[in-house]
Amino acid sequence: MPEQLAFTIEVFLNGLMAGVLYALVALGFVLIYKASGIFNFAQGVMALFAAMTLYGIMNGQVPFAHLINAIFGTEIHYFGWELPALLAIVMTVGVMILLAWMVQRFIFRYLVGQEPIILFMATIGLAYFLEGVGDLMWGSDIKTLEVGLPQGINETIDEVTFGWFGYGLFIDNLDIIASIVAIALVAALVAFAQYTKQGRAMRAVADDHQAALSVGVSLNFIWILVWSLAGFVALVAGIMWGAKSGVQFSLSLIALKALPVLMLGGFTSIPGAIVGGLIIGVGEKLFEFWIGQPFLGGATENWFAYMLALLFLVFRPQGLFGERIIERV
Amino acid sequence: MLDQTEGYTTEDGRKIGGVVMEMSNITLRFGGVEAIKDISFDIREGEIRAIIGPNGAGKSSMLNVISGFYVPQEGQVFYKGAPRPPMKPYQVAQQGIARTFQNIALFEGMSVLDNVMTGRLTKMKTGLFSQALWLGKSEKEETENREVAEKIIDFLEIQAIRKTPVSRLPYGLKKRVELARALAAEPSLLLLDEPMAGMNVEEKEDMSRFILDVNDEFGTTIALIEHDMGVVMDLSDRVVVMDYGKKIGDGTPDEVRGNQAVIDAYLGVAHD
Repeated sequence: MPEQLAFTIEVFLNGLMAGVLYALVALGFVLIYKASGIFNFAQGVMALFAAMTLYGIMNGQVPFAHLINAIFGTEIHYFGWELPALLAIVMTVGVMILLAWMVQRFIFRYLVGQEPIILFMATIGLAYFLEGVGDLMWGSDIKTLEVGLPQGINETIDEVTFGWFGYGLFIDNLDIIASIVAIALVAALVAFAQYTKQGRAMRAVADDHQAALSVGVSLNFIWILVWSLAGFVALVAGIMWGAKSGVQFSLSLIALKALPVLMLGGFTSIPGAIVGGLIIGVGEKLFEFWIGQPFLGGATENWFAYMLALLFLVFRPQGLFGERIIERV
Repeated sequence: MLDQTEGYTTEDGRKIGGVVMEMSNITLRFGGVEAIKDISFDIREGEIRAIIGPNGAGKSSMLNVISGFYVPQEGQVFYKGAPRPPMKPYQVAQQGIARTFQNIALFEGMSVLDNVMTGRLTKMKTGLFSQALWLGKSEKEETENREVAEKIIDFLEIQAIRKTPVSRLPYGLKKRVELARALAAEPSLLLLDEPMAGMNVEEKEDMSRFILDVNDEFGTTIALIEHDMGVVMDLSDRVVVMDYGKKIGDGTPDEVRGNQAVIDAYLGVAHD
């Protein structure tokens, strides 16, 4: 039986690491939702846009090259340089902050106090707009993001576990890195929210707009801040997913996977997003392994998360950690 | 230039200074309704100034004009001698005007200490990056501000609940935490919107004592709204009386008490 056990452990660990990435995307949602009540449908596209921008900057692509060439009849595509990954990441963070400012300045500034559904619709619009702009800026071809992260099977784990179980666990180095980065990012975000002035202001805005104004917090500034943070989280998620499966349109669909994560964790809880992500990641892999493959003909990963979310909606609508829904009659 | 001449001395011998805030011919409309009609008055340094009046008189609207939540259609606000351009509420707060709300606006999910610390936000100057990287000067600043917050918590006698989430506190204590948060900003002008609304007699006495102590200890200028006449008369140095958006009286509690228009507004006038 040790081999069977080892195999289960492998499935479990892989699920855990997929879950970390789900959690990362869900985190972007929670940040914005808490501070402004906006459910940001564009979070997935932001991850795609960030990954495309990073690729473009690294490879010295000329933004809007197709557009420029079409108008002026030129033939420019590349600046002809390649930037180190770290510098390109810093520049991409700058672009995401600029994007956050624009989103606040040109869209949500005019929608303060509107119904949630209107805000939600605006983010759907933003998602399609951003997708279009992303394609126009950097081209819609599939790109392989190479930021120098190690990929492939981790030999050490393979060898050590082979000694234990007679079966070597297959753990991808990239997944390990992704998990470490995600954990560090979450820890940093929590520390930022808990112990800094701006973090305190952010929590204040999330709690009560009027009271936040009365202690001298500019709502506008905080909203730009949370959109920037969400942009940063999107970039990290974009790098990880992009390195895993290429920068392409399907990247934006990971946002849909974040939805069940949020229903599990609750829309307003950062720990909830993490735990929810892990449960879904592990749950869907184990379900596939134990029940899906042997009995249901496989491919249960496509719907397991939504099924679980549905159960939660019925029995615990506020999620695991969300604020309790109290009805006053 | 406004009248910045020296103030007056109160009955109990406190020196009241020059004008901190002057409202000049303020008119505020909501659509066709005039909530405030051409009202002028001033608030002087170190005094406790009350705005009283029956329900719907426009008292809260007036407080909202001072704190920037409403922008009047006509009139001018002068703060520390200079005309104040229309501003957002957070900018008003940054200028040193703190307030509490009639229906309490606390950060329910945060602890009492965290709530009071948000009151220090306007005093903390280090930038985003320094904060994010938790550089030395940010740490020092946090510690200093924490000390001020703790001092105020001690002063208002809420040490025992420092770490309690605000949502778990009873109403009377919430009101006190809100006062603590406003005080934490070390305001030049403290606005209290019905600080004693909904309290029992004992809580009212506590709150009155704290308001007097704050004024006495820190020399804070306070403007408050109340409609409990008894409380107001005991607390305040000067009183503005409003009725249907108009100012019908202004003076010391004794002067106001003898004013026929005020008596009519509160007790009603017989119709023929």
